[in-house]
Amino acid sequence: MSQDDSYEDVVKTRREESFAAFESRGKGLLHKVHDLLHGNPALVPLIVLLASIVVFGLLLGSRFFSPFALTLILQQVQIVGIVAAAQSLIILTAGIDLSVGAITVISSVVMGQFAFRYGIPPSIAVVCGLAFGTLCGALNGLLVSKMKLPPFIVTLGTWQVILASNYLYSRNETIRSQDIEASAPILQFMGTRFEIAGAVFTFGVVFMILLMLVLAWALKNTAWGRHVYAVGDDAEAAALSGVNVHRTLMSVYMLGGLICGFAGWALIGRLGSVSPTSAYEANIESITAVVIGGISLFGGRGSILGALFGALIVGVFSLGLRLLGADAQWTYFFIGVLIIVAVAVDQWIRKVSA
Amino acid sequence: MRYTTALTAVALAVSGSAAMAQDQTTACLITKTDTNPFFVKMREGAQQKADELGIELMNFAGQYDGDHETQAQAIETCIAAGADGILLLASDTSSIVSSVEQAQEAGAIVIALDTPLSPADAADATFATDNFRAGELIGQWAAGKLGDEAENARIAFLDLNVSQPTVGVLRDQGFMQGFGIDIKDPARYGDEDDPRIVGHDVTQGNEEGGRRAMENLLAQDPSINVVYTINEPAAAGAYEALDALGRAEDVLIVSVDGGCPGVQNIRDGVIGATAQQYPLDMAALGIEAIHQYAQDGTLPQPTEGKEFFDTGVELVTDEPVEGVASISVDEGLERCWG
Repeated sequence: MSQDDSYEDVVKTRREESFAAFESRGKGLLHKVHDLLHGNPALVPLIVLLASIVVFGLLLGSRFFSPFALTLILQQVQIVGIVAAAQSLIILTAGIDLSVGAITVISSVVMGQFAFRYGIPPSIAVVCGLAFGTLCGALNGLLVSKMKLPPFIVTLGTWQVILASNYLYSRNETIRSQDIEASAPILQFMGTRFEIAGAVFTFGVVFMILLMLVLAWALKNTAWGRHVYAVGDDAEAAALSGVNVHRTLMSVYMLGGLICGFAGWALIGRLGSVSPTSAYEANIESITAVVIGGISLFGGRGSILGALFGALIVGVFSLGLRLLGADAQWTYFFIGVLIIVAVAVDQWIRKVSA
Repeated sequence: MRYTTALTAVALAVSGSAAMAQDQTTACLITKTDTNPFFVKMREGAQQKADELGIELMNFAGQYDGDHETQAQAIETCIAAGADGILLLASDTSSIVSSVEQAQEAGAIVIALDTPLSPADAADATFATDNFRAGELIGQWAAGKLGDEAENARIAFLDLNVSQPTVGVLRDQGFMQGFGIDIKDPARYGDEDDPRIVGHDVTQGNEEGGRRAMENLLAQDPSINVVYTINEPAAAGAYEALDALGRAEDVLIVSVDGGCPGVQNIRDGVIGATAQQYPLDMAALGIEAIHQYAQDGTLPQPTEGKEFFDTGVELVTDEPVEGVASISVDEGLERCWG
């Protein structure tokens, strides 16, 4: 054991002493920035986020730069933020999940219908909804890792299947906020508000932030997290070095499904009601957040916190532009620009690793 | 290969059944989707009437709102089946016209329901809600409810989506007209300069969009006290946003549609008033028109002064305002859909 340790030490010391160092030394400021960004993939979106808050703050003054408006952005992005956490995990394994929005909405519908149609105690209905989300994720995971089908195709299919099931099962009927409040208030739990000095938070927002932090920690510091990156970087190499690729993929897709289930719960909290037509664009919006957050669509690279920043950037632009009185189209326009810039920056950063 | 065989078999079966029922009138109902309660109610109305008149009814629907392909295919299937008439809720009102013409050449009459085609006269007849009138009713009601305060109103508009579809423009502009705002160009919103307008935002016609749009407009101007919404789900979302700020009690929300959850929301004080439309009547009238045409070749005449047959709209509220006719929530619940 101790021999192994000292063996690694030798490698480390050697590296420091030898040619590997030339990458970062004596190449000017640009190169240093390059290295820094490469080492901290969430840095670019964080800078963009802070810059956009400052710019809109300068343009709009206290209307934007107030605890109220800034926490409103958090509330508006909570669903996409939570879903983006699931999307990040899957994209880190070099996959993609088009069915996240559908899983989110069907989980919320299961929670609502189980409580109202079958009279199951609401707290158990919530657990059923979460379990159903996990099950949907497991289905995706099985098709991807056992049947070896491309994730894009698998989730293109399950997206339609789940969405259609959602409409058929719910008969596209909404469960009203007032009814939920009267007989199953736990469904709205994630919407519970609390205020700190003018800043308004909901449990859903707190959940989103905690989820991101926990996942960021787990991805960095646990064997599971390193396996996720390894599988995304090169599944074959990971398998050869003893990583159980099937188990890693299954865990990622199931966890993704579970997170979408929580997003469904948060969705009820946000809307008050259970509405089968909501979260329709959550798949595209979550992919947007992930891409703007600097996570590589080729897998194995990026920080999950970037996805949170990505979602917040979109939220800042949406609210900021609306407050400036701009046509809603401009929001889409700038988000499109941001996506392209984000991918361009990603490509530039990749070059340094050569 | 197997696919082609199956298709041929279906085609044979369809034409076979049409041939057998030569003397029986056949009608098609093509809706935008088969999940929206509005269309479900429509199908119900059509089926009832068809059973009553001994008409064979075939149902088709797009897979999602905006699914033009499936609707065009449905028309082809109806032509193949020798349908006498087609009731159509077009997803793409201009692209569908060429398919409609094919059906007319094959001898079927085509009746547009709910959504006029563009041009409107491409259909043999149109049964629809007067959406401008629907907006006007809730606008008049809101102005009447506020009384003298209407002059100082701060109004938020929660519209459908950025492409300004006709139905959204008609309801929005109707509301303005009813409220006493100079609408300028009636073909679009956003060109008005009345200082009472706080702004427009889009909702996609659902709760999620309604809440977000309301929050955005409140951040822009917290003094909003009147909210126009494109439909009741958007209104429910707007209410959640207002409730979160403790503003739910002092803001007036008006809406259009008349779905059952929406009418119940009037009872619960979420919405002040809504303009109710009648999908069941639209479909039943459509079937009757097809029956009439098959009997003696006469077409239904449009309502006087309009390009379409107006299937009516009623203001639903429990707080009637003088000079604006309305029905009670109880009556509204009896006639609601979804």
